[in-house]
Amino acid sequence: MQTSATYYAFKPFNIARWVIWGLFAFVLLLAPKAFSSNFSISMLTQMGAVMIVCLSYNMLLGQGGMLSFGHAVYTGLGAYIAMHTLNAAANGLLPIPVSLIPLVGGIGGMFFAVLFGYVTTRKSGTTFAMITLGISELVFAMSLMFSGFFGGEAGISGNRVFGQPFLGITFGPPIQVYYLTATYTFICVALMYAFTRTPLGRILNAVRDNPERVEFIGYNTQQVRYMAFIIAGFFAGIAGGIGALNFEIVTAEVVGAARSGAYLLFTFLGGATFFFGPIIGAILLVLAYVLLSEFTKAWLLYLGLVFLFMVMFAPGGISSLIMMNLRLAAFGRLRHIWVAYIGLGITALLGLAGVAAIVEMVYHLQLDAAMGPEVRFAGFTLNTELSHTWFGCAMLVVTGFGLFELARRQYVHDWGESQEFIEKEIKRREEAL
Amino acid sequence: MNALELKAIHKNFGKTQIIRGIDLAVTTGERVAIIGPNGAGKSTLFNLISGRFAPTSGEIWLSSQRIDGKQPFEINRLGLSRSFQITNIFPKLSVFENLRCAVLWSLGYKYSFLKFLADLDDANDLAQHYMERIRLDKKRDVLAMNLTYAEQRALEIGITIAGGAEVILLDEPTSGMSKSETLRFIQLIRQVTEGKTLLTVEHDMGVVFGLADKIAVVVYGEVIAYDTPDAVRSNPKVQEAYLGSAKSH
Repeated sequence: MQTSATYYAFKPFNIARWVIWGLFAFVLLLAPKAFSSNFSISMLTQMGAVMIVCLSYNMLLGQGGMLSFGHAVYTGLGAYIAMHTLNAAANGLLPIPVSLIPLVGGIGGMFFAVLFGYVTTRKSGTTFAMITLGISELVFAMSLMFSGFFGGEAGISGNRVFGQPFLGITFGPPIQVYYLTATYTFICVALMYAFTRTPLGRILNAVRDNPERVEFIGYNTQQVRYMAFIIAGFFAGIAGGIGALNFEIVTAEVVGAARSGAYLLFTFLGGATFFFGPIIGAILLVLAYVLLSEFTKAWLLYLGLVFLFMVMFAPGGISSLIMMNLRLAAFGRLRHIWVAYIGLGITALLGLAGVAAIVEMVYHLQLDAAMGPEVRFAGFTLNTELSHTWFGCAMLVVTGFGLFELARRQYVHDWGESQEFIEKEIKRREEAL
Repeated sequence: MNALELKAIHKNFGKTQIIRGIDLAVTTGERVAIIGPNGAGKSTLFNLISGRFAPTSGEIWLSSQRIDGKQPFEINRLGLSRSFQITNIFPKLSVFENLRCAVLWSLGYKYSFLKFLADLDDANDLAQHYMERIRLDKKRDVLAMNLTYAEQRALEIGITIAGGAEVILLDEPTSGMSKSETLRFIQLIRQVTEGKTLLTVEHDMGVVFGLADKIAVVVYGEVIAYDTPDAVRSNPKVQEAYLGSAKSH
């Protein structure tokens, strides 16, 4: 057994890992320099918080195989606890500094995860999903009943600036809240990554893969799910606390099913199979909810379409698309396929432009018809009263997707060839071993 | 000393009696094969012993502990481990991870999330050791779902023994294998279960007579014979109920 120890020798100075974490810290540090308006800094703060939420959600979905429909319950209740604590601290009732408010939110989220998780994690699969949905509805209904805690329609608001500034930090300017958030984000992401490399983290994967067998290697699957659920609730609550500090108001929608749905969909979109997938998902979530919703009234329709195609054609999410192509690149096959990618990109863009133009015109007719027949779309002015506008858009859709289909066939062929090459290469290397 | 003892075990599913009063004592270190026609209740018997189902009545003792009605993970912690007839592994984990998961509880790591797996030298050594014993060390980082069928069956056995249980139950370990694979595999089972108490369900008669110290013949939920292979072979009741019908195929 002594000789075998070399096979898995742990490399404490894994350079790639240090580079990646260093880059992550670097990006967190410099992002506000690149996007420095108050609006973009608020967005960056939201991204940091949502990264924590989506990663904590993926502890359940990607690592534990638990499809929760109520993750916003833990971010939301964490946010409420954080806000009440903030107000108590501002009134001098509690000696808690503002910088620890997110942590209080985390403890709040964890508390409710201990409470509700005891019920939900008894079961797995569909039953688990249904119970989380039930609890989500239950908590939302309670938000209307207990207006003292939830603040009714207006929600609970607070002020993050109170007491003496510490080293000149008041948390008044958004940039200071951003750097507080960035610190929490970095630490939480690192901790959640570390979790995936612990005994509980690995057994959680085993529970996802095959809960029955886990019972026969000495582990209680309910206990494993419950502990993961509590840890996920803790991180979700931290994100809730950050949200409370950022907006200085918490309303009942933070515990609502729509929020839970958004976390689920964007975690999925980013990709649940790789650790970093939900980080991509979180960035897209904030971009979609803050920016896309500014550009177009039809944004939810576009989101729906994106999810539909993602589930159908790339169920591993964006991160798995990246990893699949990195694998290709590692075997030097990317140069055989990039032409096909350009073809796919251009034809898809044509078809989608046609679809989007039609959608925008329909929305215009339904909502803004009183403002005249003209719509601005991607630098063009479209007149909804002229039949040739509609005809042109329809032609664009047909041509775009027609060419896309041709490009897709070429791509599928190239992709298959490359995969075959890689399989052979792996076999060859295995035999050479 | 009995490693495992069944006393008047009954199991009904609804009104159907599947196990109808089984008494069976297995001495420590013995290899016992359970044979019987399809539907005789062999797999159900394994499910009762390993805690997948609770018996309707009767007692099951694992040395000095009574285990009937306990949860599978409790029984496993007391030193009984089983494999499955239909391969039951962790498909999206690598071979090494499959085995490491299987050794964690027995080494006392429980639900720890404050230690890194990479630092657990004893768990890593043990997983590596079992990986070599089931001869999958060249497939260390291959996902279990990408192994060949025979390799998956070997991993199934590996997961079963890696926890260090003293009593091992193997449910048709060679099912679905070719004749030559079966012979090699039996050799492997013999090696890795050396010194342990072994119960196995097996269809292949040649295999059973080669591997087992004793054979229990189960027919319609009852043990009709429990003796050495030679004695069982010449038992007229067995010949009539099982071997006779097997020969006529």
